[in-house]
Amino acid sequence: MRIPLSALIGLVMTGLFVLSAVFAPWIAPYPIDAAVGKVWEGPSSQYWLGTDTIGRDILSRLIYGGSVTIFVALSSSLLSFGMGAFFGFLAATRGGWIDTGLSRIVDLMMAVPSLIVALVVLSVLPLNLTVLILVMGVLDSTRVFRLSRAVAADIAVMDYVEAAKLRGEKQGWIIFREILPNAMSPLVAEFGMRFIFAVLFISTLSFLGLGIQPPLSDWGGMVRENKDGLVYGKAAALMPALAIAVLAISVNLVADWILQRTSSLKGGRGG
Amino acid sequence: MHPLIKLVAQRIALGLILLLAVSVVIFLGIEMLPGDTAQAILGQSATATSLANLRESLGLNQSPATRYFTWLGHALQGDLGKALTNQQDIAQAIGQRLGNTLFLAVCAGAIAVPLSIGLGLVAARFNGRWPDKLISGVTLAMISLPEFVAAYFMILLLTLVIPILQPVSMIFPGMGFFEKLHAVALPVIVLVMVVLAHMMRMTRAAILNVMQSAYIETAELKGLSPMQVIWRHALPNAVAPIISVVVINLAYLVVGVVVVEVVFSYNALGQYLVDHVAKRDLPVVQAVGIIFAAVYIGLNILADLIGIIANPRLRHPK
Repeated sequence: MRIPLSALIGLVMTGLFVLSAVFAPWIAPYPIDAAVGKVWEGPSSQYWLGTDTIGRDILSRLIYGGSVTIFVALSSSLLSFGMGAFFGFLAATRGGWIDTGLSRIVDLMMAVPSLIVALVVLSVLPLNLTVLILVMGVLDSTRVFRLSRAVAADIAVMDYVEAAKLRGEKQGWIIFREILPNAMSPLVAEFGMRFIFAVLFISTLSFLGLGIQPPLSDWGGMVRENKDGLVYGKAAALMPALAIAVLAISVNLVADWILQRTSSLKGGRGG
Repeated sequence: MHPLIKLVAQRIALGLILLLAVSVVIFLGIEMLPGDTAQAILGQSATATSLANLRESLGLNQSPATRYFTWLGHALQGDLGKALTNQQDIAQAIGQRLGNTLFLAVCAGAIAVPLSIGLGLVAARFNGRWPDKLISGVTLAMISLPEFVAAYFMILLLTLVIPILQPVSMIFPGMGFFEKLHAVALPVIVLVMVVLAHMMRMTRAAILNVMQSAYIETAELKGLSPMQVIWRHALPNAVAPIISVVVINLAYLVVGVVVVEVVFSYNALGQYLVDHVAKRDLPVVQAVGIIFAAVYIGLNILADLIGIIANPRLRHPK
């Protein structure tokens, strides 16, 4: 199997991000919340990326922030995947009123941009990690639902599914043992897109001040903390912004390659 | 009845039902979540009696259906109630800000639409060669950026590296048109970047799709230049999908403006929404949320309608 250069770069970069997120406490040079230097120092041998609005080391906060961003995005995309795929397969195999009901609910949820729905919902719910992951996961599961329903509908009419039904297998067997293994490859490609979407979503919410709350801080929140410095020519806010961009592009490169290898099933960035 | 009119009427009716359903969800969905308006106002200091009293005075102990229809009736007459935080009239507050938001969105659309179609045409003309690869690569990178990240890179570029613009966009009622344009230049550039990529890619795909037709080959064989072939023969036939992608992306500006307004401290509807989500001011969030939803749904229906009208097979049924 030959991996194109762009996908290889994407894989390596994504791997580095994940490793630094997992081993954050060991590789970060300074503690997350310690004001170690002066306010808004430039990059130096002591503080590689400079210091932030209250003198904390940006590189350390970037490493810790990355683990928050990646953890939240990964959890919510796993949730959206589990939910979306389960209900999508259910709708495709059962048909009838279950299919109609689920599809109409999804139509309704997708009629309004996710960010607007999230803002409305977050004006009532408490802002904590669990709520954020649940809200993002449920909102994004609509896209997975549409894809997995379409994929499963194609598979559900295959002879081997028919045979399993005639053998008298239960619904669970048909979904998990017959349909799921055959629907894996388009779903895996879609997972990359959903993960990117979740990274962008949580970053945007945190940037608006409605995502991860202090003392925890993710990349979107770091941009928010340091944005005022930009007016005085301090580039602190650009470091986390750059991290978001590089992570998104890296995962995109990998997902693009998987998509090209599987089929023409394309996921969107989504609203 | 002409089938086209029937189809159009159906789509509009469907859109109205959808909007009504969304308003029910935004209004009542909030009720099902833990915590209510009375609790939001009183916060930590709430006691059982003070909660009950406040619910009584806000009319919160009526049935949800009654409250929804009362609210809907008032809203249709332009009365959106008062903000919890400062007792300001919501409709009045929205009125001023909606104008500012529309100004921003219209400027962005007016630049993004011709630019993306132009770039799409160029990319299709040089399909597979360096101008195509360059345009596609840059737009792919732009798709992966969230709006606020794109915004800060543009601030860096246009206020620090090349200092020609201001990082904060304020517009006042008395400003002249060109002053306003200068004030919103930076947010407009960012919004254009955000929607450009998708529109341009779809334009390119639609043109390339048409380019495989037999009449394109005929046009090429009779000796027209490649740009003439695209302009005279491919574009008119690709116009329906292009227009509907354009309109859908204009609807996406609804999300873009929320973030961009916050970045540039631009006093308009998106900023107003975010502020009041943080303050947990439900009546404002409901009203603004429904306005954003209505614009989004409306533009999506418009995209559908243009798709129907531009399709000659639907226009002239056998």
